[in-house]
Amino acid sequence: MASSLILQAKNLTKIYGENVIFRDISLDVRKGETIVIIGPSGTGKSTLLRCLNLLTRVNSGQIFLEGREITAPGTNEDQVREQIGMVFQNFLLFNHLTALENVMLGLTKVKKLPKEQARQKAMQELSRVGLADRAGHYPAQLSGGQQQRVAIARALAMDPKVMLFDEPTSALDPELIGEVLGVMAQLARDNMTMLVVTHEMGFAREVADRIVFMEKGSIVEQGAPDDLFERPQHARTREFLWKITELYGKKEKP
Amino acid sequence: MSAFLELFLRFLPDLLSGAGMTLLLTAEGLTAGFVLGLLAALGRTYGGKLWRSVSIAYIELFRGTPLLMQVFMLYYGLPGLGITLSREWVAFLALGLNSGAYQAEYLRGSILAIGEGQMLAGRAIGLSRWATIFHIILPQAIRLAIPAWANEPVSLLKSTAVVFLIAVPELMAKAKAIAAKTYDPIGSYLAAALIYLVMVYLLDALMKWSESKAVIPGFESEAKRA
Repeated sequence: MASSLILQAKNLTKIYGENVIFRDISLDVRKGETIVIIGPSGTGKSTLLRCLNLLTRVNSGQIFLEGREITAPGTNEDQVREQIGMVFQNFLLFNHLTALENVMLGLTKVKKLPKEQARQKAMQELSRVGLADRAGHYPAQLSGGQQQRVAIARALAMDPKVMLFDEPTSALDPELIGEVLGVMAQLARDNMTMLVVTHEMGFAREVADRIVFMEKGSIVEQGAPDDLFERPQHARTREFLWKITELYGKKEKP
Repeated sequence: MSAFLELFLRFLPDLLSGAGMTLLLTAEGLTAGFVLGLLAALGRTYGGKLWRSVSIAYIELFRGTPLLMQVFMLYYGLPGLGITLSREWVAFLALGLNSGAYQAEYLRGSILAIGEGQMLAGRAIGLSRWATIFHIILPQAIRLAIPAWANEPVSLLKSTAVVFLIAVPELMAKAKAIAAKTYDPIGSYLAAALIYLVMVYLLDALMKWSESKAVIPGFESEAKRA
């Protein structure tokens, strides 16, 4: 746990009009750590992720990427996002490009790699998610689980310092969830730094180093999976865990 | 019938040169209109305040007034501003401006249909806003626009007929001249109409072909339904 801070959020507040999405959130993400954020829907988890890679602006607070403040005025947002991978709930693959081209695009257009080099790197990333044999397929020719794995490869190709997963399995049919969680668990074992918003409690328990429970726009409690699941400190955490295990069953494996 | 055939064959070189001018004006108008339409569509969807207002004003003005009026305004109005252009240039300008306003709306609709998600995905890997628009959104939006947009070449080709009123020697003007020469307006216009029909038919076939070429694999079923 002594490893260095990759991402640090200090007192983040996000307000849409009258609506407080979250208030005064602080979070440290260390190198190699897998953090799972859980909590009821509408508590600002997804918005928090989008604020961390500057897709949405916080109203106040600071975010640091490897010690450099990225919320400071004059920050090149594109360069920041290049270093923070993001995987969306609904995959959001580029529909007019093949799986390979989806993964290559950031390499050629953002990193400006020569085409051949980009192709090799993209093939590596597709192999990493087990889809080398689907390189020439278009998104509409892939299953949801395959699409999401391509989306993960697309983010990984940029060699991000941290990966953000925004409910990566929520849009998938149950039988396709496993393949995506499997890829994510492997990434965690490879020491990728990950911040995952999910309702997959089995995954959270098995893979996370730390679990953060968010409710109504603030962090209620956080801790190691076993502590949080076995000995939650707050009544709200207990209530949420009880509801969700009831819903999904206790012995869920990633 | 044989009289018509005789007229048709006798004036065929004349008619074909008119048809050539018609096709040239169509191609020029479409190209200029595509550039203008793209600029106006981008202005309306992603532009800043000024670009957006200019785009809206342009689209409304040129979709809201008759093409013939636009031709006359440019033909008689520009010299007053000290700009003297040839008839062909005026025709090209009017057709391009007019077509651009329609093309802008076709493109704008499909840009909006591509949705915010693709923009988010582009930005998330570090592409700038405009890089995302050019590499991600437009390639999909233009494909999506093709079936609706395919009406525009045909519609524009027929619209070029109005510029005979400023004496541009296109197909309609040729037909009128032949009518005056032969005292056979029915035969002359019928001959021109046949040539218009053939051109429209060929253009339609070209559009269908490009539509099939632009289909994204896996999306075929949607393309068929559209």
